[in-house]
Amino acid sequence: MALLNELAKKKEGLVNGHRLCPGCTHSVIMRQVLAAADTDKYEIVAAAATGCFEVSTGLYPYTSWNMSWIHNAFENAASTISGVEAMYKVWKKKGKTNKDIRFIAVASDGGTYDIGLQALSGAIERGHQFLYVCNDNNAYQNTGNQRSSATPFGANTTTSPNGTIKHGKEQPKKDIMSVLEGHHMQYIAQASPSNWRDLMDKVKKALDVNGPTYINVIEPCTTGWGFPAQDAIKIAQLAVDTCVWPIYEVVEGKVIINYKPKNKLPVEDYLKPQKRFAHLFKKGNEHLIEEYQKQVDRHWEWLLKREEAGIGY
Amino acid sequence: MGRKVALTGNEAAAHAIRQINPDVVAAFPITPSTPIPQNVAQFIADGKMDTELVTVESEHSAMSACVGASAAGGRVMTATSANGYALMWEILYIASGARLPIVMAVAARALSGPLNIHGDHSDIMGGRDTGWIQLVSENSQEAYDNLIQAVKIAENKDVMTPALAAFDGFNISHSIEIWELEEDDKVKEFVGEYEPLLPLLNTDEPVTHGAWAPPDWYFEHRMNQLHGLLNAKDIVASVGKDFGKAFGRDYGLYEAYKMDDAEYVIVAMGSVCGTTKDVVDSLRENGVKAGLLKVRLFRPFPYQELSDVLSAAKAVAVLDRVSPAGAQGGPLFTEIRSALYDMSNRPPVINYSYGLGGRDTQPVHINSVYDSLKRIVETGKIEKQFDCLNLRGAWG
Repeated sequence: MALLNELAKKKEGLVNGHRLCPGCTHSVIMRQVLAAADTDKYEIVAAAATGCFEVSTGLYPYTSWNMSWIHNAFENAASTISGVEAMYKVWKKKGKTNKDIRFIAVASDGGTYDIGLQALSGAIERGHQFLYVCNDNNAYQNTGNQRSSATPFGANTTTSPNGTIKHGKEQPKKDIMSVLEGHHMQYIAQASPSNWRDLMDKVKKALDVNGPTYINVIEPCTTGWGFPAQDAIKIAQLAVDTCVWPIYEVVEGKVIINYKPKNKLPVEDYLKPQKRFAHLFKKGNEHLIEEYQKQVDRHWEWLLKREEAGIGY
Repeated sequence: MGRKVALTGNEAAAHAIRQINPDVVAAFPITPSTPIPQNVAQFIADGKMDTELVTVESEHSAMSACVGASAAGGRVMTATSANGYALMWEILYIASGARLPIVMAVAARALSGPLNIHGDHSDIMGGRDTGWIQLVSENSQEAYDNLIQAVKIAENKDVMTPALAAFDGFNISHSIEIWELEEDDKVKEFVGEYEPLLPLLNTDEPVTHGAWAPPDWYFEHRMNQLHGLLNAKDIVASVGKDFGKAFGRDYGLYEAYKMDDAEYVIVAMGSVCGTTKDVVDSLRENGVKAGLLKVRLFRPFPYQELSDVLSAAKAVAVLDRVSPAGAQGGPLFTEIRSALYDMSNRPPVINYSYGLGGRDTQPVHINSVYDSLKRIVETGKIEKQFDCLNLRGAWG
């Protein structure tokens, strides 16, 4: 890993002047992702799904990208990058380029867990060389915070609202990492922009795999989640320290947990600063927080056991 | 020299793709176009072409991968039918909006429901406003010829618009006909090399593909795109002439069959034109001045040229291989009727739906259309503006 002062001198793939909300972590994550790429060795061409990140960085006649990228639609970042990568193979074969180009597809949870899952699954199965980065902001934030299958239990969204008889999303979050594990990729990981060095290491590792890889990144959303703009990284850190968002790798099926909090914080510490969970702290809703804690603990214990078992495939 | 072969329409399309040897094909099987990707895969497996085949998990991903590959920089083709074409719908607009000259073979088929795997034009007519150039073929020879020409038309610098070459599912896709397969080298020479304008893979000059356009730009994008599509009309004509010079088969925007003095005219597209030509021939033997106007280019619609050809007709019947779906008539009918509106002495025009979901259309049905046209001219009255051919019971 390069030193900070070296990273600061690197040509930025994504430049300032984009239209993301103040305090949004999309650009923070993508800056880390693109900075992690070893651009002395290879170049990056990217595809982005429709969403906050795309609309904020690619508004005609402007672009925030200092590199080649393509936006196609909401559900097809993976199939779009498949086509780009297939054409790259042709360019190599025909001697039209002698460059080492590697590919990144980026989408949020809506374009990954839900509408884009089929295209992602297909592209992985076909074995294209690409890193798929999912910036998980826990809902369809670009259309105004509607629930997705990545929305956690209890969260108040505009389509899983808190009301007099219902109190936010009734289902637990989809475990996308397990869904993707079923594809037996060489490398998948979960990361957080709060632990940026870990995130960047993972990106670098993933880009060195000659095949599909996946990184799931928590992407705190100041607007949808309801916390002050300057607290985004703090919220990400709390997600990690409460084990709401374990940061880990699955390398050829083997779980490696990259960070185990010395003092695992209660989920309340993560939930409390966010308006989307405010109703959980109302009298009579204590059982919802208990349920939330139970879900987090169950998943964390399961991950610990898997790591201990050390079974790969 | 080319050689005569006895092969299906799907094989004709597959051979055209083999000879064009595009950089990337991304395709998903669907009846009746399935044999196209199958044949392409076999050609690749046998080393007869070196296209990168992306065996996607859906037609949505097929067209999405085509967009990615074309923007990356190279020649890209695919094939589909019916529901597959419908599943591509969203991305068809994106392909044309991004001005990517992707070329697609369509074995035209009915759309569900009810599920039906047989030929009609529901798919391509439903997609007529997706911004693609649409060429419709009568037989296997045309399916082959049109697909080759579509590449040159789509990639023309003044066009830069995706194109599809359609032929009727089963009637053509699965019927063995004798047609002329040209030499590989001659086809390669005819289509030439494609130099992409702004390839993503040229990382020395980074490019953004697919930026979104707010209200103060979207309109200009769409109208620029329309210029490209409209420019295709002249290019279709000139490529058709060049094709004639290279291979001896000339193509225009339409085919006027025995139209010089025709009084009773059928306007149609696709395989039904073969049957209609036979009927025209036998009517002519009996002194009936029957003619056929076969539309080859449906998008952009050459309304001026077609209305000129129809100017001397006494009565016109337009055959649509779709349901009018609540419009005054089928899409070909409404286009033709609109094209004739500016003529001072316009003929009466009637419309038939025929052949839906693979329903057979025989000479007896086409004869009944000419009978209706004669009756209209004799009586000066239109009994039914819209009717159906070979439907159980009478329509209306």
